[in-house]
Amino acid sequence: MEVPFVLLIGLFFAAAVYLMLSKFLVRVLLGVVLLGNAVNLLLFANGRILREVPPIIPAGHDVPAALTANPLPQALILTAIVISFSFFAFLLVLVYRAYQDLGTDNGNEMRLAEPENDPLPPTGY
Amino acid sequence: MAATPIDLSAALVMTPVPAADWLVVLPPVWCLLSGAVLLMLRKSLRLQGLLAVPALAVLVIMDALLLMHVFANGPVTMVMGRWLPPFGIAFTADLTGVLFVLAGAVVALAGAVHALGDIDGTGRRYGFYPFLLLLMAGVSGAFLTGDIFNLYVWFEVLLISSFGLITLGSEPRQIDGAIKYAFLNLIATTLFLITTGYLYGIFGTLNMADIATKAAAGREDLPLMTLATLYLLAFGMKAAAFPVNFWLPASYHTPRVVVSALFSGLLTKVGIYALLRTLVMLFPVEREELSFVIALAGAATMLLGALGALGQSDIRRLLGYLVISGIGVMLAGLALGSPGGIGGAIFYALHSMVVMTALYMAAGLAGRLAGSFDLNRLGGLYTRSALFSALSLVLFFAVSGLPPFSGFWPKVMVAKAAMDIGAWWLTAAVFLTGFLTTIAVGRVFLLAYWRPAGEALPVVAIPPSALLPLAALTALTVLFGLFPETLLAAVQQAAQGLSDPRAYVGSVFPGGN
Repeated sequence: MEVPFVLLIGLFFAAAVYLMLSKFLVRVLLGVVLLGNAVNLLLFANGRILREVPPIIPAGHDVPAALTANPLPQALILTAIVISFSFFAFLLVLVYRAYQDLGTDNGNEMRLAEPENDPLPPTGY
Repeated sequence: MAATPIDLSAALVMTPVPAADWLVVLPPVWCLLSGAVLLMLRKSLRLQGLLAVPALAVLVIMDALLLMHVFANGPVTMVMGRWLPPFGIAFTADLTGVLFVLAGAVVALAGAVHALGDIDGTGRRYGFYPFLLLLMAGVSGAFLTGDIFNLYVWFEVLLISSFGLITLGSEPRQIDGAIKYAFLNLIATTLFLITTGYLYGIFGTLNMADIATKAAAGREDLPLMTLATLYLLAFGMKAAAFPVNFWLPASYHTPRVVVSALFSGLLTKVGIYALLRTLVMLFPVEREELSFVIALAGAATMLLGALGALGQSDIRRLLGYLVISGIGVMLAGLALGSPGGIGGAIFYALHSMVVMTALYMAAGLAGRLAGSFDLNRLGGLYTRSALFSALSLVLFFAVSGLPPFSGFWPKVMVAKAAMDIGAWWLTAAVFLTGFLTTIAVGRVFLLAYWRPAGEALPVVAIPPSALLPLAALTALTVLFGLFPETLLAAVQQAAQGLSDPRAYVGSVFPGGN
C-alpha cells in the first residue's frame, strides 16, 4: 500500500515544483494548490497506512478489537487543509488584484517595488 | 458488564493549575480576544487606537510577569485540556521564549503608539489594529508553544495577519511586494510542514520535550540529519538568510512604514527563534555537523546585507538590507553553538528587534519631514529637529554595533566565541560587517541630516505619539548598552537552557517519561 502511495506523492511534488517554476502567477498558484495536497498526502503516509478500521473502541471493551487507523494524521491534515485553502483564497485574490492593477501576470514584469534602473546613492555633496 | 474503575490520573493532569502558570497561555489568548473585539469595532476608527494601545500594554505586563516567573522558577508548562503530554498540546515557556515574547510585545506596543499618528482612517478601516493584535497572537504563540505542529499553526496565524498588514492600502507597489512576500513565505512554511510530517513519521510524537528525549536516545538509527537540514532551510528562509533571503528586500519597503517597522522587529526573529529551538534544543549533534554550512551562510548573509545596504538610495530599502545583515550575525552565533555563540545570537536578536523597529520609525519620520525617502533628495533634517537627529544618530551607532549601545555586546560575544574555536574568518566577517554598516548609515546621516536641504521643505510637525515610541526604544538600546549585565546573565542562562534541555523536559514531564 505504501509504495504506490509514495510514488503518487512524488508525482504531486514534481508537478507542483514544475508549475511553481513558471513565471506566470496563475501557474504558480496552481502549483501552490498541488503542493498543499502533496503535503497532506505526505502527512497521511507518515502516520503509517495501517487499516481502514476507524479507531473506535467497541462497547464492553477496554482496547480496540484489532489494529485501527491512526487518528492523529487526520487531525493534522484537517488543520493543514483549512490553512492551505485559506492561503489559496488569499493568494487568488492577490494575484487577481495584481493582474488588474499591474496589468500582467508575469512575475518578471512586476518591477514596481524594485525598479530596474534605481539610481545609486550620491557619492558626496 | 461492570465497568472497571477508571484511573483518570493516567491520562489527565489531576492537580489544579497554579494561578501563576496561567500566564503561559494568557498572551496568545489575550491577543486573540482583544483582536476579535477590535474586529467588531472596525467601524469606530477612534476607538481602535484607544483600545489597542492599552491591550498591548497589558500584553507587555503579562509577558514581564511571565519573565519574572520563569526567571525565578525555571520553565513552566501548561497542557491544553489537562491531557498529559505528549498527547495534550503543551505550552512551555522557557527563558529563551519568554525573552523573545517580551521583546516582541514591547516592539508591538511601540508600533501601536507610533501608528496612532501614522495610520490614517483608511488604514484603520482596513483593519490595522485587529491585524496587529492577531499578528501578536501568532508571534506570542510561536514563542511559547512546546509542540512543533502547534508552532506551525502559529506561524500560519502570524503569516496571514502579516499578509493583511502588508497589503494595507492596496497600492500597486504594495501588491507587487506582497506577491513575492506571500508566495515565498508560504513555500517556506510548507517546507516546515513537510519536515514536521517526516518528524512525526520518525518519532511518532510532536511534543518538543518528547522529541528532544527520543532524539538523544536513538540518534544512531534515525535519519535526523535530514530533519535538521530541512528545518535549517525552512527557518532560514523565514529568517531571510542568504541564499533564500530575496523575498525581504523585495517587499519590506512597500507597506506603510510602521508596518515595515513591526515586520522587521517581529517576523524574521520568529525564524531565528525556531532555528534556535529546533537546531540547538532538538538536534544539537546535527547542528554541530552543519555548523560550517550555517557559518558560511551567516557570513554571506551579514556581508551581502551590508553591501546591499551600501547600494541603496531609498532609506527603507537600505534598512531592509540591514535587517538581513543582522540575521547573519545571529546565524554565526548559532553556527558556533557554544554558550557565548547562542547567547550572542539571542542577545543580538533582542537588540535587532528593538533597533530595527526604531530605525524604520525614524525613516518614516525622516520621510515625512523631508517629503522623500530618496537619499538623492533628502536633506536638512538636522535643522528641522535636533532631537530627532540625535535619536537617529544613536540608532545608527547601535545598528553598526558601536559602543556604548546595545549592538556592541552581542557582537563581542559572537566574535569572541568565534575566536575561541579559531574561526578567525567569522570574527573578521563580523567586524567587516560592522565597518560596512557604519559607512552605510553614516552616509545616511551625512546626506539626509547634515546636508542643507536642496529645496524648501514642507512644514510638518512631528506628533508626540510618533516621537515617544522612537525615544523609548532608543532609550532601551542605550540602557542595555550601558548596563548589559542583567541581560547578559539572562541570555547566557537562556542559552544554557537550550543546550541542556533537562529543565525544559522536566517541566513537561514532571514524573519523567
